[in-house]
Amino acid sequence: MNISVLSGKGGTGKTTIAIGIADTIKGSIKVDCDVDAANMHMFYKGMQISSEEFFSGEKAYIDTNKCIKCGRCKNSCKFDAIENSKIDFLKCEGCGVCSLVCPSNAIVLSKNKVANILEYKLEDGYLIKADMEIGADGSGRLITKLRDNAKKYEGVNIIDGSPGIGCSVIASITGADIALIVTEPTLSGIDDLKRILELTKTFNVLPLVCINKYDINLDMSQNIEEYCNENKIQVISKIPYDKFVLKSINELKPITSYKDSEAGRKIIEISEKILNIYEKIKK
Amino acid sequence: MNIVVLSGKGGTGKTLVSTNLVKYMKANYIDADVEEPNGFIFLKPAIKEKIDVKVKVPFIDKDKCKKCFKCTEFCRFNALAKTSDKVLIFDKLCHSCGGCKIVCKFDAIEYVDKKVGIIEKGHSEGFKCSRGLLNIGEPMAVPVIKELLSNLGGELNIIDSSPGTSCNVVNILEHADAAILVTEPTNFGLHDLDRAVKLVKKFNMPFAVVVNRVTEKYNIITKYCSRNKIEVLGQIDYDKDIAIMYSRGELIINKEKYLNIFKALSSKIKEKWL
Repeated sequence: MNISVLSGKGGTGKTTIAIGIADTIKGSIKVDCDVDAANMHMFYKGMQISSEEFFSGEKAYIDTNKCIKCGRCKNSCKFDAIENSKIDFLKCEGCGVCSLVCPSNAIVLSKNKVANILEYKLEDGYLIKADMEIGADGSGRLITKLRDNAKKYEGVNIIDGSPGIGCSVIASITGADIALIVTEPTLSGIDDLKRILELTKTFNVLPLVCINKYDINLDMSQNIEEYCNENKIQVISKIPYDKFVLKSINELKPITSYKDSEAGRKIIEISEKILNIYEKIKK
Repeated sequence: MNIVVLSGKGGTGKTLVSTNLVKYMKANYIDADVEEPNGFIFLKPAIKEKIDVKVKVPFIDKDKCKKCFKCTEFCRFNALAKTSDKVLIFDKLCHSCGGCKIVCKFDAIEYVDKKVGIIEKGHSEGFKCSRGLLNIGEPMAVPVIKELLSNLGGELNIIDSSPGTSCNVVNILEHADAAILVTEPTNFGLHDLDRAVKLVKKFNMPFAVVVNRVTEKYNIITKYCSRNKIEVLGQIDYDKDIAIMYSRGELIINKEKYLNIFKALSSKIKEKWL
């Protein structure tokens, strides 16, 4: 089973909840797909069992000895990545048009390293994450690779997604059985929730909504519940604001390991509910 | 002058800082978090103009196509695929590079417009507001970001960025003269701030940090900043009232006690960058 934890809006509590669920479901595989702001690994001290370089797409390189400075490459580049016969790697998308139009064969494309993929054996289960190069593109393909790597391990995959609705999120929903969408009772939260729910409709995935810090604005929480009811989407839990969450992030321990944490209790409950729901949909 | 407000980690207060700052400074507001833009909730501009964002995607004339498959060989994004009897087009994967038309010897490829998003422009009390909105289901936000930021005027523009440190943020930073990095004093906030700092440094622009949800004046972020000689432009206390006002879509500078935060931020920005 693959559970993707997503949100639309950033900072609603995806990682805290993903870690809590991963802590509850024994032997789970934690897949950190929030590749450009990955935080899951901070909670674990595991043994690294593999490291592989990940390349995605290519970048163009100009051989200055061969370049005759005709400017055709610059004129054909749709990404404004060439200036004075130099490639701006942050802008180059590796399409290969410059190499195609170059009359002196001065431009070659070479594969582009995007990240190191690291896998860890943990006390309980496994962790897969990427150390992504700062400013790199290709996060969609990287995430697809992380999910693929997870397949070799037995166990429930818990995918911590990134905010937004673009390629990273699309890659994190693909192949998921359940999309747990974490929202907060703010106008921004509701707006973003609607957009991500719209996105999940285009996938064969069961969306479940969790309202985090629901008691910060009860009216807004009720609006979310009404919206979900109207659209026949289950609100799986309402988690209260809980000071233990900050403690959990600062001490880097799963929120579910704090016996007095109300949020922790709710997240254990969510994990159990998800397992039951999955059993039902499988049948 | 374009100042971008970014963060690394999501939900640290980019929109809180940029919308209140815009209102206080009477600057223009540009919401470049095109996957999930929220700034208009707070600024409530009257929208005067809506512009479609279009990209060029290939269209193949079946009568002219001789099935040489040079185009599918060339496309590095798998937007064109070879099947036994024709070329299939996956337009969501297309980067609009123009290469397939160049390699086609039979003049069988034309480009057609495809709508991927929308730009909305309007104004609030005395300042201009614009935002981009990526169509749901479209994977690539960059064309919307580029269109949104392509014709900014010379006045003070505050750009509300998307979270993260990948291509969306890179493209926003291409248009910035200075950056404000908003973060929170938690392990997550610090970890992701460090990545954002490394990204901004690649662009050689001045930047400073704003710490949000502060419970102690000396915290892991201020320590990090002093170690790395990064200026802390301001700190916003953790305050339940702010969370409540934010949840309702209200600007916090409407309350006297928060006005001073933005007064101080504004004068520091003016002194440093304007």
